Amino acid sequence: MVQSEQQLIDALQQRERRACDQLVERYSSRLYDVALRLTGHPNEAEEVLQETFINACRSVDSFEGRSGLGTWLYRIATNNGLMRLRRKTAPTVSLDVDDEAGAGEFQPRDLTDWRWDPESTALTTDLRSTLDAAVASLPPSLQAAFILRDIEGLSTEEAAEALGISREALKVRLHRARLMLRERLADYVRHAPLVTGEAR
Amino acid sequence: MSDHIHTAHCQDLLAAMSDYIDGELDPGVCAELEAHLAGCENCRIVVDTTRKTVLVYRRLGPPDALPPDVTRRLWAALDEAGCGHLDDLPPASTLM
Repeated sequence: MVQSEQQLIDALQQRERRACDQLVERYSSRLYDVALRLTGHPNEAEEVLQETFINACRSVDSFEGRSGLGTWLYRIATNNGLMRLRRKTAPTVSLDVDDEAGAGEFQPRDLTDWRWDPESTALTTDLRSTLDAAVASLPPSLQAAFILRDIEGLSTEEAAEALGISREALKVRLHRARLMLRERLADYVRHAPLVTGEAR
Repeated sequence: MSDHIHTAHCQDLLAAMSDYIDGELDPGVCAELEAHLAGCENCRIVVDTTRKTVLVYRRLGPPDALPPDVTRRLWAALDEAGCGHLDDLPPASTLM
């Protein structure tokens, strides 16, 4: 029986098949969620998921433990997802639009106060769709930073490690992503019914 | 809707907003930002609404379990690649 992360890594490096089972059991739904958000397509997300676990199982010997196992998997999945986007994007268009977009994209424009409390608001299908669409509309590099940090709940260090960027660069992308999402949600909030409770 | 934020001072302080929301801001800058927010309605709104934006996304919580057919095809792909599980082994959930 494999319990700790180190035991799982050891078992994976010894090619124990049950370890691969556990790796999938622990991380598959989260990695699929990241892949689905990045690619926006279930078929592509599934391919990213499969590639991620196959790459991980094949290259686990090179895993040095400088980051957590989960962070390492997120890195493989995010790289796979972003690579697919690159292949689909015209070569003249950079995915790193966060460095190229006009400054106006990151300036707060809507300065209306929100009489809306997210903590007591029902997560209706409508709200979930709005949140998903808003994230999907972000430039990919901002999207990846936001998904890992604010949806998956990685720490700043883990998200930076998963994206292969510095802590400072992660913070810049996260700040920009949050400002852009705030603008995109403002319209929903203005028209949102003040309904409270839980719904999925 | 109000006017845009124009002052350089507002822009400088708002650049630290994400760290402030995450509780990762240097205490000195934090005090300066809070003093500014007390007197700047536009910046207070931006910080408050951005915090609410982050909060609502964090409420989404962990994703649902993988759809069964996605799980099935994942195992098939892993088996084909030579790194999958064996059918005669118990599922991973019983090993934890």
